[in-house]
Amino acid sequence: MGIEVIFKGRNLIRLMEGLLVAMKISLLSVVISIVLGIILGMLMTLKKPGITFISRIYLEIVRIMPQMVLLFIVYFGFAKMTGINLSAEASAVIVFSFWGTAEMADLVRGCMASIPKIQYESSTALGFTRLQTYVHVIIPQIIRRLIPLSINLITRMIKTTSLVMMIGIVEVLKVGQQIIEANRKSAPNAAFGVFAVIFLLYFLACWPISHFSKYLEKKWEN
Amino acid sequence: MDVEVIKSYLPNFIKAFFLTIKIGWIGIALAFIIGIVCAFILYFKVPVFSGFVKGYVELFRNTPLLVQLFFIYYGLPAIGVKIPAELCGILGLGLLGGSYMAESFRSGLEAVPVIQTESALSLGMTRRQLFIYVILPQAFSISVPAIVANIIFLLKETSVFSAISLMDLMFTAKDYIGLYYNTFESLFLLVIFYIVMLLPVSFAGSIIERKCSF
Repeated sequence: MGIEVIFKGRNLIRLMEGLLVAMKISLLSVVISIVLGIILGMLMTLKKPGITFISRIYLEIVRIMPQMVLLFIVYFGFAKMTGINLSAEASAVIVFSFWGTAEMADLVRGCMASIPKIQYESSTALGFTRLQTYVHVIIPQIIRRLIPLSINLITRMIKTTSLVMMIGIVEVLKVGQQIIEANRKSAPNAAFGVFAVIFLLYFLACWPISHFSKYLEKKWEN
Repeated sequence: MDVEVIKSYLPNFIKAFFLTIKIGWIGIALAFIIGIVCAFILYFKVPVFSGFVKGYVELFRNTPLLVQLFFIYYGLPAIGVKIPAELCGILGLGLLGGSYMAESFRSGLEAVPVIQTESALSLGMTRRQLFIYVILPQAFSISVPAIVANIIFLLKETSVFSAISLMDLMFTAKDYIGLYYNTFESLFLLVIFYIVMLLPVSFAGSIIERKCSF
């Protein structure tokens, strides 16, 4: 069924390398998103009209624009507008960070809002300063809720990075196509085996992470 | 930006827009059906089937649509299963969406407090009445926000259909950029059509969410 092609030569290693390219982009984007997202999320809870307005427009853009469209805008549009030729990898990291920051900021805002008001009031009543309230009471609780959600964001980022093949980055799907093309004569039905293996590779990359996030969420529920 | 260029591109973009909408909404309808069936199987713990459903949900939630489409469109024909591109898109979206919908419906069903079941039973309701009049309406309104989020997510995911050579919005934009290098006009139309497609859904979604919460 074309699975033998995978084990020929360096094919499996090449596929793994392709997956690694996608992983690198997603990991870099996740790190940027988490940092910027936390900052933006905190800014949003300040409830300053200007910030609220801009961040709502930003979140709505991310909510309704497909990542593919954003990728095209940055990769094709930006280059034509400014004349600066961004590499496909850089465009991908910019777009996925843009998307991830919005997602993360919304999570942070949601977590902050979910802390009952009584927690602040009790801390004040106990004589905590504002800083102490945040450091000892609020932030530890937020982190507990936030960690599972941000881990989940990693799996979503990995899944989204599969799009980068559409702007010409050689990642796992592209490598798969190359392998199929190279073996068109010797193994005409390689497509089935190769794409089944890629399917499985993505599953093996994401499934443990999403399970870990579910486990943490349950463990830290209260 | 050239208005004449935009005018000349418009007909093809409109055609692509309707194709995208058609595949998107049929796929979502399919996702709904798959999701409800799977959620019931999981909720009632139907033997054998619930194992399959669990596997299916995990598999499709943890893989990208692009990979699923490649497998269905390019992989399956190699072992003799040929599916036309449009059907592939619907099937891919339906299967991906089904796994997300199943999770949303299931968590909605499970979020109904046990006391509701107990109270209904103590009032002398039959199991069937309990499920139809007590559990289902509450479960549905609990899962509305998740369903709305899923619908928006699935409509956005339609943007990868160009990978299996469906002439959708993305494909049309890419084509024009490649052919005439009118990047701004193509991207502008692309963004406008996606806004037309998604903004009303996003807007209606938040109204429905507000109406359904109690």
